[in-house]
Amino acid sequence: MARRAASLHDLWPRLDALARAAFPATATLLGAILLALPQGLAGQSALSPAWLFAAVFFWSLYRPAALPPLVIFALGLFADLQGGGPIGLDAIVLLALGAATRRWRRGLAQQSFLLTWLAFAALAPSGMALSYALTALFTLTILPPIPAVAAAALAIGLYPLLALFLIRVHRGLAHGAPG
Amino acid sequence: MIRLSIPARQALGRLALPLLFAGAFALLLLGKADALLAERARVAIADALAPLYGLVSHPLARVRADLAEMAHLFSLASENAALREENAHLRQWQSVALALEAENKTLRANLHWIPDPDAAYVTARVVADAGGVYARAVLVAVGSHHAIEKGQIALDDQGLVGRVTEIGARSARILLITDINSRIPVTLERSRARAILAGTNGEMPRLLFWPQETPPEEGEPVVTSAEANAFPAGLPIGTVHYVGASPMVVPAAHLTRLDIVRVFDTKRASVAPPEATARVSRPAPPGVVPHEW
Repeated sequence: MARRAASLHDLWPRLDALARAAFPATATLLGAILLALPQGLAGQSALSPAWLFAAVFFWSLYRPAALPPLVIFALGLFADLQGGGPIGLDAIVLLALGAATRRWRRGLAQQSFLLTWLAFAALAPSGMALSYALTALFTLTILPPIPAVAAAALAIGLYPLLALFLIRVHRGLAHGAPG
Repeated sequence: MIRLSIPARQALGRLALPLLFAGAFALLLLGKADALLAERARVAIADALAPLYGLVSHPLARVRADLAEMAHLFSLASENAALREENAHLRQWQSVALALEAENKTLRANLHWIPDPDAAYVTARVVADAGGVYARAVLVAVGSHHAIEKGQIALDDQGLVGRVTEIGARSARILLITDINSRIPVTLERSRARAILAGTNGEMPRLLFWPQETPPEEGEPVVTSAEANAFPAGLPIGTVHYVGASPMVVPAAHLTRLDIVRVFDTKRASVAPPEATARVSRPAPPGVVPHEW
């Protein structure tokens, strides 16, 4: 109650901070929604996992507070419900990706871009392999591996582009942050 | 918000990740055990997002169309000449078709042919790709008072697209013929042999279980078969194309760039049960042109 009585001056920085904190999760979600729209591209189905992988890796590396496990779980669940795969699968894969990134972030965050890209190039195929294995297990079918390999390759290939954009956003978010 | 001591909060934070992992695994198992629940959750999300998809996909489609139009401007003259030639060619075919239609009509009247009932259909816009890495499906936006039902068949202007697998209040999910779970009874047009068309998640589905004595020929048209009563017979699917030694089918429908699909209500076109045949065995009145697929 006492908080609500705080002056209007207090409200604006608070809204600002909230928007900054919510941006990574919101942008990741919006990206996933936009990539599901029919673009008329042949490899479109591989774009959405590539984006989710890159975004979860990037934010877990540079701004882990903005993408806590609960939010990653929610993002994964959304991706599962939106797509056609088993429900809970993307949640597991993204959680694992986020957890692995957090574990190594102390060493990795100070490294050059090339090294972080290399780390992503190792993590993304591992995540895809996990998702492939779990899908095959839960649908009891031997799935064609090409789409999974293509998605992993696309994620690695697109990461520099996405990182270029996300680094700008990240600096922007940090730049004007109050206190 | 419950206030916790710092150690308690830290402990909770450490517990969150394993708990969420366990939760996700539980969801995986639950979705496998209770497919209906998973389907309902999926439909709810699709319904919630359908208006948003519709809102964004309209301008996007417009931009794509405009870009295509601009590309056309450069090849207008040559395209025009080619179209004129094709038009003249098609005129000849039109007269052939009209003659055949008249002949067909008289033959049908003579044979007391029972016409297939007209199939009702609704047209819907594809608003989202609902597949993913391991599935091939699309989401179509339908009005809130639609009559689309599970199991109905979707076609684009060229051929078979897939089957409706989930329906919500505002959206419907269509499993494409290329999905790995798709199995369709088909007829090879030249040999009239039956086969099964199985999706592979790739661009071309594979032909299975064709008779050994009549292997599918390269370029042979493939149409649906009425076996199992899931599809009306004769819907165009595509043409046979051999990849190595295995016969695949190149779909006639533009499955990677679906824009508008027609969803057919074919229930009325299904085979009547035996006890009802006595009532429908009367021939069609002459002059009624049966609907052609």
